Amino acid sequence: MSIQYNQSALLHVLTFSLGQQKLAIPAINLREILDPMPCTRVPGAGSVVPWVLNVRGSVVPLAELRLPLGIRHPHEAQSETRRFVVLEVEVGEDLVTVAIVADIVHAVTTIPSAEIEPLPAASQFPAEFISGIWRGHAEFYLLPDLAAIFTTLAKRSKAA
Amino acid sequence: MTDDLAAVFHEELSELVESLERALLDLKSQPEDLGLINQVFRDLHTIKGSGAMFGYTTLAGFIHDFETAFDKVRSGAQSVTPELIRLCLAARDLIPALLDDEPDPQDQRGEILSALRAETSGALPDALPAAPLDAGPTPARLSFHLKGKALALGARPDLVLKELITLGATEIVADISALPALADMDADMCYMAWTMSLPASVTEDDLEDVFFFVDADWQLHRAPPIAAPAPQVVADISQSAAQAPAQPAASPAPQPKTIPSAPGAEAEGTGRNSAPPKENASSGEGMATVRVPAARLDTLMDTVGELVTVEARLTDLARASGDPALVSTAELIAQLATQLRDATIVMRMVPLRSIIARFRRLILNLSETLGKPVDFVVIGEETELDKTMIEKLADPLVHILRNAIDHGMETAEERQKTPKSTTGRIELSAIHAGGEVLIRVRDDGRGMSPDRIRAKAVERGLIAPDAQLTDGQIFSMIFEPGFSTADVVTELSGRGVGMDVVRRTIETLRGTIDVESRLGIGTTVTMRLPLTLAIIDGLMIKVGEETYTLPLSAVKEIIELPKDKVIASETDDFLDIRGKFVPFLRLRNLLSCSAPEPDSQNVVIVEAGDGCVGLVVDRIIGTSQTVIKQMSKLHAGARAISGATILSDGSVALIIDVQHLVSAASPHPKLARELAA
Repeated sequence: MSIQYNQSALLHVLTFSLGQQKLAIPAINLREILDPMPCTRVPGAGSVVPWVLNVRGSVVPLAELRLPLGIRHPHEAQSETRRFVVLEVEVGEDLVTVAIVADIVHAVTTIPSAEIEPLPAASQFPAEFISGIWRGHAEFYLLPDLAAIFTTLAKRSKAA
Repeated sequence: MTDDLAAVFHEELSELVESLERALLDLKSQPEDLGLINQVFRDLHTIKGSGAMFGYTTLAGFIHDFETAFDKVRSGAQSVTPELIRLCLAARDLIPALLDDEPDPQDQRGEILSALRAETSGALPDALPAAPLDAGPTPARLSFHLKGKALALGARPDLVLKELITLGATEIVADISALPALADMDADMCYMAWTMSLPASVTEDDLEDVFFFVDADWQLHRAPPIAAPAPQVVADISQSAAQAPAQPAASPAPQPKTIPSAPGAEAEGTGRNSAPPKENASSGEGMATVRVPAARLDTLMDTVGELVTVEARLTDLARASGDPALVSTAELIAQLATQLRDATIVMRMVPLRSIIARFRRLILNLSETLGKPVDFVVIGEETELDKTMIEKLADPLVHILRNAIDHGMETAEERQKTPKSTTGRIELSAIHAGGEVLIRVRDDGRGMSPDRIRAKAVERGLIAPDAQLTDGQIFSMIFEPGFSTADVVTELSGRGVGMDVVRRTIETLRGTIDVESRLGIGTTVTMRLPLTLAIIDGLMIKVGEETYTLPLSAVKEIIELPKDKVIASETDDFLDIRGKFVPFLRLRNLLSCSAPEPDSQNVVIVEAGDGCVGLVVDRIIGTSQTVIKQMSKLHAGARAISGATILSDGSVALIIDVQHLVSAASPHPKLARELAA
């Protein structure tokens, strides 16, 4: 599953970090960015979506993308920069609201779609969950395929 | 006509059609019942009337002919036959297409109508009784005007005229002599009157139907067969009588100022007042009702849910402040919120009756196709449930009923070899029991054999060959996904086709499903459902630092964990409660809580289905109103959790799935495995 980007267009993305790794997700998925708040552990939910939290009266799952993306850097010790990024993601046929943990949120920026490259074949990252990479200024950004990650998770969860 | 009104009409129509279907099906078993015959007639009549009022002339025309045929039954000239019911049901099935104005290339409508006419008259199909072209040589003259503030009440003279045209009205002439000067004109009044010629075949009853929903004065004058010019009845038709634009070929109406009564004096003049209230008396309860779109009720329920959550926060703050005035105000608000919650829940309740009609139809069809005569008995169709629940219940019930007749029921020949009557019996009952609704489907078919189910379950690896199981536990195997395969259908009297889907649906409604069966006697499927899906009373508990909620309706009692049970042991996980052994589960293990154990713990005894289980918790916090939020499907794998709720401090507490834990505590290896996962 991969996303076809319009080659001539500009893509608006939100950039953030998990450990040392920089990531970019389409800003169109973005609903809001929250300061950390108490979240509730869900027993038996697995390690990718281990919590829920209250986003304006709705119970929203909180996900940790490190595991599915194969990012090994641990959480940074200081947590003042941590944010919960609330997204709307297509899971199967539904639009599901889900929050993800970001160690640092950088900016909403524009990248030319033409500069998005496929993941190199010999990569430490799982290809099925990454729709491309972008070599930005001096470092590269992972573009996770959120729909693929959460659809796989929902299927696995249902089958459990 | 605005869209709102059209929506109301559509909704009303679907209810009428449902009522019609129900009456027809009842009539099949009680063909002598005059009440039912009248019900059918009334429903047809109302469909026709409101159809015409909203401009659905094709529909109104069709129903008119349907009604004309059925009138023979009402008048007693024709008795109710199964064939008649079949035709009537077929005609009823055409109504949706008529409403959508779909074309009818094969003339199904005409066929069914002529078959109906043939059935009711015992004669060959003949021409439409009210066919527009049936204008006889001696037309009658009709004149009418709308009384009072007719236009303010929504009367539509144009639609009335349209309907009259379908009856064959010609030479329509408008009379504007009563029209006042512009300054004196009241926009709500209809000052115009109309006269027209009607075919001789049009009866007063036909006209009464046309004017059913309009407050009009109308008079029909029939000319004697020989009289050439139609007599003019209404006085003061001025010379300036305008021609109604609706009538394309209106030749100058013959309107000599003759004496009111035609020569020969046989002319029948009938003046009638017809007013809408007539129908109300027949429609039953006489209670004022308001139709509200379901989405608005959902919004209301959501808002009440928010209110309940905020109210809990207010109560907390008030208590913390210690200000007595604030505390008492908060208590008042809490009371009001509870009342509002209860009122909203009641508003969302609909009787089970609303989905029963389609079951009757299903059973009737299956019974005919399979050649298994069956009496379908419904008990407690007035029992009310949350509307969302009713909608979701329809599919599982269809499934269970279909199984009951398809697989559970023997054929008439097989039944003859038993002491049972050749006609089978399927009973659907619904009753309120405490905070739950019990829905039961009972058949007197061949029943299920526990031995064969057991053998199948062992073969499928669902249970160990030496497992000690009660019959109840064995029967519950049919709800396992592994059982829904075709070979099981033939071998094991068929139960189990997609029963896992049924169970899953019932469980998403926070309900339970059980099956009992006795070989040769019959099978009973029992569903227990909560009254509402939205807000429940909850018991808040602590396990470690985490707060969870248990549905209070499931809680039987709370005891202290006996000292000798504090240390977990492999073998002894039963509590002796007044001589009864109750298994118990340590929530801290189940929820993998790592916080240190407190000195004393409590056991909450919960009940679900037939079983009880004790849940060991660290601390009881208290009861609270729990607004249930669904868990995301990303969390479908968290089986011990059925939902979530937002606490007064804004944090999220999870709701424990009691039903799941109870079945897990029973000696059932598969579920135990599931739980351990």
